Amino acid sequence: MAELIAPDAANELALDLARVRMMVGRARWAAGAFSRLDRERTLRIAHAAAEAGFARAAYYAEKAVRETGFGVAEDKRTQIELCTRGTFGYYRRELLVGTRLDPVRRLVAVARPAGVVFALTPSTNPVSTVLFKIICALLTRNAIIVSPHPRAKICSAGAARVLASAALRAGAPDGAIQVIDEPSLELNEALMCDPRIDVILATGGMSVLRAAHRSGNPAIGAGPGNVPVLVDATADAAKAAKCIAASKSFDNSLLSTSESVLIVEEGIADRLLRHLKAYGAHLCSPVERDRLRKYLFPGGRFEAAVTGKHAVWIAGQAGFRVPPKTKVLLAPFDLAVPEEPFCREKLFPVLGLCRVRYAEAGIDVSRAILRYAGGGHSAAIHSRDPGTIMAFASALKALRIIANNPCSSGTVESDGSRAPSIVIGTGYYGHSSVGEDIGPHHLINWSRISYSKDAGEALGYCDEPEGPQAKNAV
Amino acid sequence: MYNYGFRSYASKEDFFERSKTFWNPGKTQFWKDFGIDLVIDRREEYFLYDISGKRLIDVHLNGGTYNLGHRNPELIATLIEAMKRFDIGNHHFPSLARTALAEELAKVCPGELQYTIYGSAGGEAIDIAIKTARHARQRRKIVSIIKAYHGHTGLAVCTGDQRFSKLFLSEGAPQDFAQVPFNDLDAMERALKGRDAAGVLMETIPATYGFPMPKEGYLPGVKRLCEKYGALYIADEVQTGLMRTGQMWAITKYGVEPDILVTAKGIGGGIYPLACAVVGKRHAGWLKQDGFGHMSTTGGAELGCVVALKVLEICQRPEVRSFVQYISELIGAGLREIQALYRDFFIGIRQNGLVMGLEFDHPRGAMYVMRALYRNGVWAIFSSLDPRVLQFKPGILMPRELCEELLDRVEVSIGEARREVRGLRKRARPENARRSPAARRSAELVTEVGHAVGRNRLKQARDEKTGALSGSDHPRGAAGGSSVSGDEDLGRNSTGARTWQN
Repeated sequence: MAELIAPDAANELALDLARVRMMVGRARWAAGAFSRLDRERTLRIAHAAAEAGFARAAYYAEKAVRETGFGVAEDKRTQIELCTRGTFGYYRRELLVGTRLDPVRRLVAVARPAGVVFALTPSTNPVSTVLFKIICALLTRNAIIVSPHPRAKICSAGAARVLASAALRAGAPDGAIQVIDEPSLELNEALMCDPRIDVILATGGMSVLRAAHRSGNPAIGAGPGNVPVLVDATADAAKAAKCIAASKSFDNSLLSTSESVLIVEEGIADRLLRHLKAYGAHLCSPVERDRLRKYLFPGGRFEAAVTGKHAVWIAGQAGFRVPPKTKVLLAPFDLAVPEEPFCREKLFPVLGLCRVRYAEAGIDVSRAILRYAGGGHSAAIHSRDPGTIMAFASALKALRIIANNPCSSGTVESDGSRAPSIVIGTGYYGHSSVGEDIGPHHLINWSRISYSKDAGEALGYCDEPEGPQAKNAV
Repeated sequence: MYNYGFRSYASKEDFFERSKTFWNPGKTQFWKDFGIDLVIDRREEYFLYDISGKRLIDVHLNGGTYNLGHRNPELIATLIEAMKRFDIGNHHFPSLARTALAEELAKVCPGELQYTIYGSAGGEAIDIAIKTARHARQRRKIVSIIKAYHGHTGLAVCTGDQRFSKLFLSEGAPQDFAQVPFNDLDAMERALKGRDAAGVLMETIPATYGFPMPKEGYLPGVKRLCEKYGALYIADEVQTGLMRTGQMWAITKYGVEPDILVTAKGIGGGIYPLACAVVGKRHAGWLKQDGFGHMSTTGGAELGCVVALKVLEICQRPEVRSFVQYISELIGAGLREIQALYRDFFIGIRQNGLVMGLEFDHPRGAMYVMRALYRNGVWAIFSSLDPRVLQFKPGILMPRELCEELLDRVEVSIGEARREVRGLRKRARPENARRSPAARRSAELVTEVGHAVGRNRLKQARDEKTGALSGSDHPRGAAGGSSVSGDEDLGRNSTGARTWQN
C-alpha cells in the first residue's frame, strides 16, 4: 500500500523533532504559570501526583517488568512507592517555594524554579525514575518533559500520564508534565540542545551523560555505578552478609547502587561466606565461575539478555545448577584488573568476590574497581573501625559511601538517615555537575537579596524566618 | 543594492518605482504616504523582515494565514515530501489527497458537514457556498451583514461592503443580496421573513469590521431564524477558524451547527493556497445531480491538500489548545493593563481567544496606532471598515517571551499614538470638549493605577504625568521608520475610499 506521505529518514526526524519542540514551547508556558503559584498550592499538586503514583505502584511495577523483561515486580513496587509518597513525605517540610531569611547576615533568599526540566530516564528502573523526577519537578514548580528509555516507553509514558492528570486536577498548569511517546536517541540529542530547556536531568550510561553536558544546556547527570563493598575483619559478619545479600538481590540488582564486587579481609571471609549462604548466596566453584564468565561476557562484552534476571536463571543459562532459593551468585577472582569482567558493573545478581589479606589491600582493590567504571558513584564498607572507614572514604573516587548498611539504602527504602533518591549525581569523578543524591533542591536557584547592615531597615517578608534549613539555603 | 536572484534593485526607492510601474501604483503609494515603507523580505516564525533588515512581529498574519507561523518548518517538510509524488492534480478525477482532506474535514467540522468542495482562495469558496445554497434551496437571495467582508469574487463581493463592488460596477442585484446590521435579530428576521432567502452568510466574528463580538444568543438566534424560514446558515470561518478562538471553529464555541462552513487562509498554512466549502449531505444535491457543475483547476490542488492535512493535524494537538489558552490569557491581561494607562484613548478590547480588536477613541485611531507599532517593530493592521479598531491577531504558537516583548512594544506604541492624537486635538478644539465625563474621569485615573502595573508601565505613567517623554525622542520610537505625522497627512491618505485591506 502506497502511503500518501512517506517521508525519508531525515525529513521524518525533522517532523518528529518539530512535534517535540512544540512540547517544549508548551512547557515554557506552563513553567511561567507554575512559577507564580504559592507554596500551599504547589504542595497540594505534588501531593496529589505522588498519591496517584503510589496508588498505581503495583500496576506499573508489573507493566515495567513485562515491557522490559527486567527485575522483580514486587521490588519495583516498593521502589515506586518510595519514589512517590516517600519522596513527597520527605520533602514536604523543606522550603522549596517562597523566601527565607538569614537575620544575622541580613540576607533574604527567594526560591526560583529552573523552568523547563528535560528528564531522560533509564530502562532499568523506568517507572520509579520517571515518577521521582516528576515529583521533584512538581515540588519546585518546574515544568518537566520526560523522555523515557525506548525499551520502557509504554510503562513510563503511562505512569507519567497518571501523575499529569492528577496534578492537573489539583491545579497544576496545563502542560506542566509531558512525556514523549516515541523517544529516540536522535530526538534526545536534538532536544537536549534546545535553548529553551533550562536543565537536563539525565540518568543513563556515560554516553548519555556526555551528550547532556555537551548540549550547551545546564545538565545534572546520574551515571553508572560499579559498587565495591569492603568487609574488614572488625565487621559484624552476620549483619554485613544480610545487608549485602538484600541489597544485591533487590530487583535482581538493577539499581546502580547495588553492590558489584565484594572485597573481604581474609580473617573474616569464611564466616561472612557462611552467613551469605544462609541469606541465599551461592559461592561458585572455579568451574562454575569460568562457565559464568564465558556466558556473561562472550567476546569481552557482557550479554544484554541477563540484565535484571534471576540468579537461578542465570546459573542455568551458564550451565550449572544452584539451589532454587539462590538469590545471588558469588564469583570469586584474585586479580582486580581491567580485563577481569567481574570487576565491571553488573546489573544482575552476580557479585564478584575478591579476598584480601589486609584492609589496606582491600582499599586498593576498591580503588581499582572504581577506576574501571562507576567513578563518582557509590561504595560500601562494613567495619567497626572509624579509621578504616575514613581511609576507605578518602581513598576512593566515590561520593556516596554507605557504612554498615545496604548500599542501596535510600534508593530502596528510607530509614530516615538518607533522603529517598533514585538519581545519584556522580559528581566530577563521574562527569556530572552534581555529586550527591539528586532531589528537588537541585531544580531551583535562589535569588539572594543582600540588605545593608543598617538594622533600622526592615528585611523583606519571609515564609520561614527560622528553621534548620534557613542557614544552608542562604 | 538588493539582489534577489530573480531581480535586483539599486535601492528601496528603485524598487518602489518599479512596483508602481508594473504592479500596483495606488497601493504602493498609499503605504509610502502613510509612512510605512515596508518591503517584506525574509520571514520566519512570527517575524517579518523589511529589506532594510528591520524586524517586525507579525500580529496581522493576513487574517490567520500565518496562524502557525511564517514558513512553518513542519509544513515545509510536508510540502517537500508531497512534491515527490504529487502536483496540483487533475480536477476531473477522484483524487487521493482531495478525498483524504475532505474526510478529515468531515471529522473535524461540526454536525453533519460531510462533503468538501474546493477552491483556491476564500472568495471562490464563498461563491461555491452561495451557489450550493442557491441550488439546495432553489432561491437566489443571500443575506449578509453590513460591513461584512467575504472576498472579491463575483458573488462574494456582492455580499460585502459596496466599497469593493461599486468601483467595478459589480454590485449585486438588490433583490438578490440583502444586508442587515450585525447583532440585530429583528433585522435578520425581517430579511428572512419573505422566505425567499437561500442562505445567511456570516463571519462568526466580522474581521474587517473590527471584530465586534456577537451578542449572547445572537448567532444561535440567526441559526433558528434560518431554520424557521428555510435558509441555510453559511459560516465564514476563514479568519476565526483553525484554533484561533481555542477551538477548531469559533462557530462551535457559539453553539451553532452551520449548514455550510467555509475555511481558507490558514488552512493552507501560508505555504499553499487552498479554500474549502464544507457542506452538509442534505444540501449538497448538485454533487449528485451534476458533479461537473462547478470546477476549479487549481482549487483543491493536491499539494495544498497534503499541507492542509498537516495543518489540521497540528491544530488538533493538545499543545496547541494549551498555547492558545496561555497566549490569550497573557495578552488579554497585558492589554487590560495597558488600557488602564491610556483609558482616554484605548477604550475597548474585543477578544475571543486570539481574535482581538483594539478600539480607540478617535475616528482613525487604529491607523495612528498601526503606524506607531510599525515604528516600534510590530505589524498589525487597522480594520478597513472601522478604522477606530485595530485588528490584533497573535499567532497561535507564540512563545511566552515573544508575547511579553510584544506587549512592551504595544504599550509604548499606544502611548505614542495617544500623544499624537491628543496633540492634534489640542490644536483642533479645547481639551476635554468632546470627551464624555466617563472618559474625563478615566483620564485622571491613568496615573493612579500604577500600583497594579509593571515597572515599565509605572515609569510610563510617571513620565506621562510630568510630560518627560515626547513621541519623537523615545529611543524605541526613533528606531527605524520615518515619523510622518499630522492629521492632514493621515486625512489625505486614509479616507474610506483609499483603504483596501481585509
